[in-house]
Amino acid sequence: MTGALSKVYFFLIGLFLALPMIVVAGVSVNAKQTLAFLPKGFSLSWYGEIFLNPEWRNALFASLTLAILSAALAVAIALPLAWFLWRRIAPWANIFQLLGIAPFTLPPVITALGLLTFWATTGFYGQPWTAVVSHAIFFVTLPLVTLSLGFTAIDRSLVEAAATMGADDRTIFRTVVLPLILPYIVSGYAFAFVLSLNEYIVAYMTVGFTMETLPIKIFNALRYGYTPTMASVTILFVATAAIIFSLVARFGDLPKLLGAMSSDDT
Amino acid sequence: MRREAPQKLSDYGPLFFPAMMLIVFFVVPFATMIAVSFFQRQQGGFYVPAFELANYQRFLSLFFANVLGFSLMLAVTVAICCVVLAVPFTYLLTRMTRKVQIVWLVALLSVLSLSEVIIGFAWSTLFSRTAGITNLLVMAGIMSEAKALLPSFGAVLTGMVYQAFPYTVLVLYPALVRLDPTLTEAARTLGASPIKAFFTVVIPALRNTITATLIMVFIFALGSYLLPQLLGRPQHWTLSVLITDQAIYQSNMPFAAAMAVFLVLVTLGLVALTVIAGRKGEAA
Repeated sequence: MTGALSKVYFFLIGLFLALPMIVVAGVSVNAKQTLAFLPKGFSLSWYGEIFLNPEWRNALFASLTLAILSAALAVAIALPLAWFLWRRIAPWANIFQLLGIAPFTLPPVITALGLLTFWATTGFYGQPWTAVVSHAIFFVTLPLVTLSLGFTAIDRSLVEAAATMGADDRTIFRTVVLPLILPYIVSGYAFAFVLSLNEYIVAYMTVGFTMETLPIKIFNALRYGYTPTMASVTILFVATAAIIFSLVARFGDLPKLLGAMSSDDT
Repeated sequence: MRREAPQKLSDYGPLFFPAMMLIVFFVVPFATMIAVSFFQRQQGGFYVPAFELANYQRFLSLFFANVLGFSLMLAVTVAICCVVLAVPFTYLLTRMTRKVQIVWLVALLSVLSLSEVIIGFAWSTLFSRTAGITNLLVMAGIMSEAKALLPSFGAVLTGMVYQAFPYTVLVLYPALVRLDPTLTEAARTLGASPIKAFFTVVIPALRNTITATLIMVFIFALGSYLLPQLLGRPQHWTLSVLITDQAIYQSNMPFAAAMAVFLVLVTLGLVALTVIAGRKGEAA
């Protein structure tokens, strides 16, 4: 009886999460440029539109470039920081851990507005690279959290053994720590990449007037009415996120990354 | 290698790049924003350095009080809805096999990563007259005519719960997945039904987690900047929407910055509350 009840509950929650995407997937295959569900006719042309229409293609290209670079920069900031905090006893350095977590915890408008005033004051406002730096700072939290988790999972005796054999810090990092931490680097990168791809407000406030990322393009298009390409892009986004997170789960321990014990312990 | 205090200056090497980046691109911008909140606005979207409290004095208006009141009320409602839905969901989820958990976690992460633009667009489609949910109800014979369900408060609330629900589950997940299963087993052995065991054993054991989650989700919902605009009427605009509007469309940076500083203070106050609640939880 309770089993059935929880099945119904999970079904309803699943429906709630999936329903908007089902309807959007439905309207994305309409044959004509109408907002109709159930779809009238069937056509995949709106998916082609993302790659054929130069405006959408440019936005896609801008978003991908931004996500690839900013996620890399976020990892480049998080990795040495997490390594230092694990390697050294320096309580005051925890302030940087806090600074790394703050941008993501505060309401996003605040980080966005802070960066907007900063770029405007320094005169770099609107330059594409400012968006890369802004996103890297905004999303540094994600690799920082996964990497801190990854470092705590490393058995210190392994590193100690390498040190006893005469390896210096640099060698230890390259030959022992890096291979062990690599899965966490990859998942931290993946989280930052997917979120950067979807991010709107920080991108809009920093480069919104000079360049269009996909979320900005969708929003701008939304203000002038409806085009089915929005629907196909939305589905593309959901599919990308689902694929990337599935890959993280396939090659890593997703429940553990999200706070569960590792599967070997249970 | 044991952890040891840095001895040479070069031991600080790895810290240099992250520290510099975080200071230059987070601390300094934050300080810039605070400074701008005291600046004087000029015609045409510019502002000049000054020290005036006029931007803050604008808070003392009925309009602003209404916006603030509505923002807080909306965020509280969203937080309560999410926690009520998510606690039983997460509890049941953590009792499932790891494989099933992974499928749900991937789905939740995918929804969580969606931008507000996309969530807003998806729900405005779902609530629209021509492609919306009411068409299904008409087909099922429950309604006689399809109609638009937005803009409305219900639409804003639904969209925001949709956005915050995966976040709520992921905040609750670590605490619930580590919850000692023998607690409920003991209750079951003593004859409690699963539902009774959930309400009399699990919920009290999680009291502090639930309080902390409520505050986290409240802050998350307070940050929603587009959904009230896309799904609601102007009276449903929140502080975050107003900040975006002032900064971009009204080009009034000093006022936007002052509101942002205010929002930070509200948020930090609540984070402090969370920490205190957490400390109490550890002591108990």
